[in-house]
Amino acid sequence: MLGIALLVFREVLEAALIVTVVAAATRGVPRRRVFIGGGIALGVLGASIVALCMGFIEGSLGGIGQEVFEAVVLLTAVVMIGWHVTWMASHGKEMVQHMQQVTDSVKAGSSSVVVLLVVVALAVMREGSEIVLFLFGMAAGGANEAGFLAGVPVGLAGGVGVGFALYFGLLRIPIRYFFSATNWMLVILASGLASSAAGFLLQANLLPAWGNQLWNTSWLLTDGSIVGQAVHILTGYEARPAGMQLVFWAVTFIALVVGMRMVSRRMATQHRQRAARPKASVRTVPAA
Amino acid sequence: MRWSWLPLVLFMGASAVAFTAHAAAMPEFHLALQNHKFEPATLKVPANTKFKVLVTNHNPTPSEFESTDFNREKIVLPNSTIAVFIGPLDKGTYKFYDDFDHATTGVLVVE
Repeated sequence: MLGIALLVFREVLEAALIVTVVAAATRGVPRRRVFIGGGIALGVLGASIVALCMGFIEGSLGGIGQEVFEAVVLLTAVVMIGWHVTWMASHGKEMVQHMQQVTDSVKAGSSSVVVLLVVVALAVMREGSEIVLFLFGMAAGGANEAGFLAGVPVGLAGGVGVGFALYFGLLRIPIRYFFSATNWMLVILASGLASSAAGFLLQANLLPAWGNQLWNTSWLLTDGSIVGQAVHILTGYEARPAGMQLVFWAVTFIALVVGMRMVSRRMATQHRQRAARPKASVRTVPAA
Repeated sequence: MRWSWLPLVLFMGASAVAFTAHAAAMPEFHLALQNHKFEPATLKVPANTKFKVLVTNHNPTPSEFESTDFNREKIVLPNSTIAVFIGPLDKGTYKFYDDFDHATTGVLVVE
């Protein structure tokens, strides 16, 4: 029972942490519960399909199908998060100002929430497919029912519980800093996912490692521990990273930060231009 | 901003081609999963060389070949074989295990 609970806990924890950061980042957006719930539901469905198709995925692309699949899923999530954080750079301030009232700009946030729905679905799909395969194996291997009935809910509750704890912790951040905090968390999360994607591409021998294990900080925090795993999901931490993983991490981080800066600077100039013009001319000026 | 990714993508593609070309001369090692044990439980591999490990699962249940010591994870379905590229590694011992059954462990001895 403990083995089942622990595996379910570990996999649920990884997905739950990502869902939590997304949930915090979409605070105040109308109908986000529907989006997040929908993302989780799609993820569970996706997980079952992936588990069923694992034989096909495993055998495809000359044996590196699994790695390529994982890398594509991770990099898709990275692009989606990148989309959201650059969108937030243009609307984040309005969201903070209008937190109490549902305005048009906040409603417009729904389009970005759809993008985050995909991130939630992909996270649940990745980790869920392992749970499905594991439980299938346990059932086929003749594990006793009591172990299942106790282990699965305990593991699930544990993982979800940690997610909720993090969520309520994040809610304590003052609203003025809230969205910049969640945005930075998303940027770091995305960088970590990109680094994991690089790890899979190294495993498939599709990329050079540029230093297979550049350093070893497992004396400080091991990847195998539960804390190490949580930090790994939230930041991409690995005790023995490859050079290529650092490159992916840094490129993603810099691209997202530069993207956010560019968008918010453009928004600021637009606001200034609009404010400088007399009101009537705004409507009458023809497009250049 | 989106176009700024292009050089990276091109570079990745180019290195991918370059690296698959090298794969042919790589040493290969075999591991079997049988009766919930790795066979052999201790695998000797050369240091500072990239190598390929083929893991065959003879159990009726799926497993996940995983190691946090050398950062690899891959699912192995029943009656199938997977290939994992590992290294180059420094001399030492590196643990690996079945993530679906942590009692099933093995050691990579790099020398």
